[in-house]
Amino acid sequence: MGLGRTFSVALVGLSGHMVEVEADICQTLPAFVLLGLPDASLNEAKDRIKAAAKNAGIPLSRRKITVNLIPASLPKKGSGFDLAILMSALQAAGDVRPSGGTVFLSELGLDGRLRPIRGVLPAVMAAVDDGHPEVVVAAANRAEAELVPGVKVRSYGTLAELLLAYGADPVPLLLPVGDAEEALAGRESPTAGDCREPDMADIAGQHEARTAMEVAAAGGHHVMLVGPPGAGKTMLAERLPGLLPDLPDHHAMEVTAVHSLSNTAAHLTQLLRRPPFENPHHTATTASIIGGGSGVPRPGAASRAHRGVLFLDEAPEYDRAVLDALRQPLESGNLVLHRAAGTAAYPARFQLVLAANPCPCGMASGKGLECSCTPVQRRRYFGKLSKPLIDRIDLQLRLNRLSLADMAGAAEQEASRTVAARVREARRAQRERLGRWGHELNSEVSAELLKTELRLSPTATVDLDKAMERDVLTGRGYARVLRVAWTMADLAGLAVPDRDCVCTALAFRQQVGAA
Amino acid sequence: MRAKDKLGKDGEDLAARYLEQAGQRVVDRNWRSGTGEIDIVALEGATVVVSEVKTRRSPDYGHPLEAITPAKVQRLQILTLQWLRAHGMSGTGYRIDAVAILHDGQTPPVIEHVKAVG
Repeated sequence: MGLGRTFSVALVGLSGHMVEVEADICQTLPAFVLLGLPDASLNEAKDRIKAAAKNAGIPLSRRKITVNLIPASLPKKGSGFDLAILMSALQAAGDVRPSGGTVFLSELGLDGRLRPIRGVLPAVMAAVDDGHPEVVVAAANRAEAELVPGVKVRSYGTLAELLLAYGADPVPLLLPVGDAEEALAGRESPTAGDCREPDMADIAGQHEARTAMEVAAAGGHHVMLVGPPGAGKTMLAERLPGLLPDLPDHHAMEVTAVHSLSNTAAHLTQLLRRPPFENPHHTATTASIIGGGSGVPRPGAASRAHRGVLFLDEAPEYDRAVLDALRQPLESGNLVLHRAAGTAAYPARFQLVLAANPCPCGMASGKGLECSCTPVQRRRYFGKLSKPLIDRIDLQLRLNRLSLADMAGAAEQEASRTVAARVREARRAQRERLGRWGHELNSEVSAELLKTELRLSPTATVDLDKAMERDVLTGRGYARVLRVAWTMADLAGLAVPDRDCVCTALAFRQQVGAA
Repeated sequence: MRAKDKLGKDGEDLAARYLEQAGQRVVDRNWRSGTGEIDIVALEGATVVVSEVKTRRSPDYGHPLEAITPAKVQRLQILTLQWLRAHGMSGTGYRIDAVAILHDGQTPPVIEHVKAVG
């Protein structure tokens, strides 16, 4: 009696910090004081908790309850602390037995139901890492919490059931009648499950582009597609995730954690095994792509596309600031967002696919006779895509409109499954070669390594060296051509890229540069 | 007398009896000044104890103790000092208590006594 203590987790970005929730009951007039840097939404917890406790049958103490969230210096927000605060207050009043190191992660409804919260996966991961393997979550979050290895999950539909399990006096408890519980259980299954990915077989013609997508999938390279409307840019981009292999455990965990934070409606019930595909509209703001929002920033499209594909259709229509903000995650693979309330780090190792028309009217392909744009208009259109951004795109290709012959040959196109098998094989070759330097993909190899241990013979790079001499390539471009060349070799089953591989890689880089 | 006033009066009688049993000597009741009213003034040894009594039929509109707001406690402080001055006892040690009574008319009333609220 007098003091209660429970645990919960505060998420700052993807990293969770253990929060100790202390409650003290003071023999004076009723009041509820919440200390320890709670934000407005957390302060609302007081009223939710009072109502939930009353409607579960065990009202809060009619004295002054002081709740302290430790460490006080850590900003805390949201409704996920509701249950930990309530259990702490009830322990202080002696209504339930102490819960030891158990971590409580749930929001409370006024009716005393346990409500699911966002970010259960990263929160549980942090709890287990910190030596708190026992967690209590809402029934709807159970499957997600169980994804973490080594965790002991207990879940309840209502507060009354939970209190009963913690030794509350069963007489006043208002336990739910069967129906209410079934209604709850029935609601928890809209999984993001297996929506079928579109197939490469749907694409007519565009042989070069198909090869480029295969190379991109195999080596994790960025792609830019420039072509007239109807050439199949969007179709190609949408099919890239289908060529990528399933995510291994540690990647799936990262991806699921990010989606757990950003997902509001559907609750995760299993690890996300397929590479995500994010396709924001070109009116998107920097904050929506990079991550942002008030308080501690939340992940944006770039982080939701982690280990998957970020597709920017009509790329020149985006704000220049948005496009340039992508340069940093393209290099480093993560985003660190600084705000007054704190710093959040999110992973953002995505494959970028840009699509663009050749000019504002979209007709400047082939001879460009139908194009009605002035040269200045065309320059300005592509000027939106800054050189530093384009320089980071390994595969840049121009698509042409389909010919009749392409349409006729549509039936014999390779299916995604066949291509994906080759991609898997090429990825295996990369892992074997690069494993000792801790890399998995050619696109991750450092320029240093390409210059030293993975250096190609001068005969293989003769054309690339010439391009460098003519000043059409940057140092970064040089390295990027070499990475693509390695991927080409892996797809072709060669041990080392030959001159052909390097030439093709170079050709894939230079198509848009002229525009 | 209206029902709510009757309830309040009954509650105060109950509280006074309860406090007497608890060892206090009630010296004044329903003392008024321009500021408001003190329900019960009692002596506990040499200490003047001012009690605010709240009576409710049910907790449906909140527990009676919840009706004693910080503003009310502040007003009781002023009233207490006024009472002490009026009785030539300024400087005497005093305390403010709250007595909550839940009384639905059928089951025996539930009395809660919270000491030193202000």
